[in-house]
Amino acid sequence: MEAFLHQVLAGLANGAVYASLALALVMIYQSTHHINFAQGEMAMFSTYLAWAMINAGVPYWLAFVSTVLASFVIGVVIERAVIRRVANAPVLTVVVVFIALLVIFNSVAGWIFSYTIKVFPSPFPSQPLFGPYISTHEAGVVGISVLVLTLLYLFFRFTPLGLAMRATAENPVSARLAGIRVGWMLALGWGLAAAIGAVAGMMIASIVYLDPNMLSGVLLYAIAAALLGGIDNPFGAVVGGLAIGVLENLMGAYVVGTELKLTVALAVIIGVLIFRPTGLFGRAFVTRV
Amino acid sequence: MPVLEVSDLHAGYGRSDVLHGLSFSVEDGGITTVLGANGAGKTTLLRALCGLLPVRGSIVLAGTQIAGRPTEAIVRLGVAHVPDGRGTFLNLSTEENLRVGAITRRDRAEVARDFERIYAYFPRLKERRHQQAGTLSGGEQQMLAISRALMLRPRLLLLDEPSFGLAPLVVQDIFRIMRTINAEQKVSMLLVEQNASLALDLANTAYLLETGRVVMSGPAQELRRADNVRQAYLGY
Ligand SMILES: Nc1ncnc2c1ncn2[C@@H]1O[C@H](COP(=O)(O)OP(=O)(O)O)[C@@H](O)[C@H]1O
Ligand SMILES: [Mg+2]
Repeated sequence: MEAFLHQVLAGLANGAVYASLALALVMIYQSTHHINFAQGEMAMFSTYLAWAMINAGVPYWLAFVSTVLASFVIGVVIERAVIRRVANAPVLTVVVVFIALLVIFNSVAGWIFSYTIKVFPSPFPSQPLFGPYISTHEAGVVGISVLVLTLLYLFFRFTPLGLAMRATAENPVSARLAGIRVGWMLALGWGLAAAIGAVAGMMIASIVYLDPNMLSGVLLYAIAAALLGGIDNPFGAVVGGLAIGVLENLMGAYVVGTELKLTVALAVIIGVLIFRPTGLFGRAFVTRV
Repeated sequence: MPVLEVSDLHAGYGRSDVLHGLSFSVEDGGITTVLGANGAGKTTLLRALCGLLPVRGSIVLAGTQIAGRPTEAIVRLGVAHVPDGRGTFLNLSTEENLRVGAITRRDRAEVARDFERIYAYFPRLKERRHQQAGTLSGGEQQMLAISRALMLRPRLLLLDEPSFGLAPLVVQDIFRIMRTINAEQKVSMLLVEQNASLALDLANTAYLLETGRVVMSGPAQELRRADNVRQAYLGY
């Protein structure tokens, strides 16, 4: 029973990271109708930026905040310089661009920081503060993720800029006709997604280790989470992330063993696509004329 | 002085023009209508006016040349567009739709007052203000589209077939309120319609559009009596 509880709570910590990354995917999906396959590698690259700063003696939280801001800028630049130019291109072109970004970030990270595995520090103390079933770092990961998600919710729900971004994601032409600078809203969306990814990357890096391929598996879990929750539904992405995190851990511990954990994610992806393409919370679009 | 003066306007999709040198004007504070059959180019005209399509020619809004400017800039000069298909944000609430309409404005107190004005014109929208806009009926969505445009406090309101797909009683209601809004808010309107009878009742001035050209124009009452309009568009 105790081991079970531990698996569930550790699963929640991973799940919080999947949820964050899934949310980043959903945000991009809502405005582009594509899954950004490079989201994980962008987050990985951000994590290296943090690692480089911390290694150079910058205090953890200062490095954390600088990384989030830098990632935001990188996201905005990618949208303005690359994504905008393929906005009206055929699907396959966009997919190729995303995959190219993925490979570029991966190889640039490997080239600058080498492919050797690095230890990424945790900002949380190593003694267990929250009882025997969950490490302080895991609890911290959940806490930080909840904080990020809450801030995002408040931003989108209660600020004019958040409203403008939601309007743009839903109907860019109508948004433009309301005077919204649609181009900037899309760029902001990429910035925010990259910033969320950076937080997720820094959180998971101290659970696993830092290496250029650290997030390729995590991205699969995030895609599974986003699909499970409904690819157009931010709330669903979060629930999906937590569910996948727990499911992955329990399956790994009791059913299939750790080697097949990733297979679970793939099975979920295929299962959702076949049996419930809109996900658990995806909206079936009901429009009246 | 007209609020909008268009001369020799060409616009279309890709390489082929749909509008072949239109010239017309909208008088300040009045209601002008452009009539035309399905496919005449009415929607294209409104999209061209607010910069959603590339144009050649001149479009002067209250003394300012706006041809070639980006849509956002034209909207911020006071042109509100109730588009073909209404352009409702279906996942946002009614109230959020209205807030999007006012998103460029900084005069908060006046925005709050405009909410009350709109809710007075359309009490149904007030009842449904927290409801997701996708759940509104067609008539309510048309009211919302007009209201969203009014939240901009436009000097010129472009309306693309507001009667389309609605029951006659609902249409009468909406047109009656449009007349009130025109009188009370002093907002000039350019209404494009297939429904000539309705539009000619509402408008002061009318233009007749056929395959991208103005073929007739004059006071609305005169066009109503013209034989070709009567036979082709009024059906008697
Ligand atoms: N997006 C488009 N791409 C290409 N041609 C279009 C497009 N929209 C409309 N057209 C063409 O332009 C002409 C005018 O259409 P439109 O302006 O929608 O007419 P109306 O609104 O008067 O019914 C039609 O011949 C139509 O086929
Ligand atoms: Mg039309």
